[in-house]
Amino acid sequence: MKPLDSKKDYQDYVDKKSPNSPIWKNCFNAFWVGGLICSLGQIIMDICKYRGLSQETSGTIVSVILIGLSAFLTGLNIFNKIGKFAGAGSLIPITGFANSIVSPAMEYKSEGYVMGVGSKMFTVAGPVLVYGISASIIVGLVYLIFNTQSITLV
Amino acid sequence: MQKLGKQTIKFDTPPVITEVASIVGPKEAEGPLAKYFDQCLEDEFWGEKTWEKSESKIIKETVNMAIAKSGIASNNIEYCFAGDLLNQCISSSFGLRELNIPFIGIFGACSTFVEGLSLGAIFTEACAEHVLCAASSHFCSAEKQFRFPLELGNQRPPSSQWTVTGSGAAILSKTGEGPYITHITTGKIVDMGIKDANNMGAAMAPAALDTLICHFKDTGRSPNYYDAIITGDLGHIGREILTELALDKGYNIKSNYNDCGVMIFDKEQQDTHSGGSGCGCCATVFSGYFFKQFKDKKMKRLLLIATGALTNSTSSQQGESIPGIAHAISIEM
Amino acid sequence: MDWLQSIDLMGLLKCFITGGLICVIGQILIDKTKLTPARILVTFVTLGAILGGLGIYKYLVDFAGAGATVPLTGFGYNLAKGAIKGVKESGLIGAFTGGVTASAGGIAAAVFFGYIASLISKPKMKKQ
Repeated sequence: MKPLDSKKDYQDYVDKKSPNSPIWKNCFNAFWVGGLICSLGQIIMDICKYRGLSQETSGTIVSVILIGLSAFLTGLNIFNKIGKFAGAGSLIPITGFANSIVSPAMEYKSEGYVMGVGSKMFTVAGPVLVYGISASIIVGLVYLIFNTQSITLV
Repeated sequence: MQKLGKQTIKFDTPPVITEVASIVGPKEAEGPLAKYFDQCLEDEFWGEKTWEKSESKIIKETVNMAIAKSGIASNNIEYCFAGDLLNQCISSSFGLRELNIPFIGIFGACSTFVEGLSLGAIFTEACAEHVLCAASSHFCSAEKQFRFPLELGNQRPPSSQWTVTGSGAAILSKTGEGPYITHITTGKIVDMGIKDANNMGAAMAPAALDTLICHFKDTGRSPNYYDAIITGDLGHIGREILTELALDKGYNIKSNYNDCGVMIFDKEQQDTHSGGSGCGCCATVFSGYFFKQFKDKKMKRLLLIATGALTNSTSSQQGESIPGIAHAISIEM
Repeated sequence: MDWLQSIDLMGLLKCFITGGLICVIGQILIDKTKLTPARILVTFVTLGAILGGLGIYKYLVDFAGAGATVPLTGFGYNLAKGAIKGVKESGLIGAFTGGVTASAGGIAAAVFFGYIASLISKPKMKKQ
């Protein structure tokens, strides 16, 4: 094999040479940490409901508490260590969304509170809001226009 | 000086590297080369408010240290070549703004240190008595500019490299004691289409190979002429690729080849994945380790090839591939 | 400690497994596709909104509770659910107000806590 003959040959060669991520270990860690964060949410949810709060309010309380916890751990410089260990296990739950807002806010503090913290806060999480909100509006519009049986199930 | 072949310059009165200095961050201080550096910092801020300021302070103090150690009055130093990784090279220009030496800011990504030594050597032979060359990088400021906020809980892929926090500086003189720069081989930009910003070693290895072969062809030397052939920051993956590709082209460098990015960290203990990178990597390892090897007469001939990935975050977001560059200097005693 | 009785262990197990599996899907995407964290988050939230809009994600929420609502797909589902609710209550304008209303708590909390954290804390270098 002559790896430098073409860009494609070189890419194939490099792919062979580069180590793969330890995917089994990563998935295992992601599984139990992610599961644990969700279970924590479930426990808070159960307690709220037990106290007589509605499903929706309970859900919001769960989000706020988990987001607060994630922001707190990010502020203590701990969340990145959890993230390094758990990968998607801490990224995919709402904790990852909170971390992706808090971490640039802290990082860009040196550029000031308006153009630093205020605007850079959304460098990672901004797209999540853009696509999430846009998708929800489209879902609402589709529902408004078609109002079909499959959607009314929601 | 005279031109050999297409890309190499041979010096008639080789410039002397009279003095060097190196300052590194706390992680480098835990690495295998710790005892060779002049100063190891205890934290990344070094009393400054921002990482950018901290990096400026590191290069400033390194340069001051090199001047102080050399005993040369700073107004006798005629030119300063310096660069770093931050946008518009702010670390070096801010750090050295009070130096009062004619300043030529350079950018060659992680190849900056050797680029500076090459230009400095030409100036020394042409007209200057003393020339200063320096380069710096900082893990935190580089992460902020090129990758993600430090507190983001993401995983680094195994092929990623760790930007060295540190700076190295060297003073070149027309006459004096020390190892000489006998040849410089200036590299071409080589782009083999690698787009993965987490695999810089693979992106830069073809450029290193091109310069390596060109140096041997231009000078008529072979790999075993040198006690050591050292690349700047190819890391573990890039080192393996370069060794194989060179062998494929008929140059066996297995026995005397190593890489600064591999040497500066302990891969297993320090979890640095593919190794160190950044302008500071090659600059500190040369100024810290190799210069002392020359001084202690443990080494006579070194080929130093610093490699750079000429990319930024805009180009990688736009899906561009990563052009690589490599500059070589031959240092002999 | 009477609140302990409120916890449904079987539900908790379902939640743990479902939440864990959703994260495993994310991990496979990270390791196999080299997508950046921002792209992974966008993928999940959009997917959640679409599955929510199609009425599929609701089954997962009924089955796993927080195991389905805490991952970002749940955030997307919540947005979509809110938009549909908004349309039911106030027609066209509800499509615009409903989604954000339903997830206002989470968004506001993230922004506010982010601001607070930046006031009192400084980033530190990862030791590893």
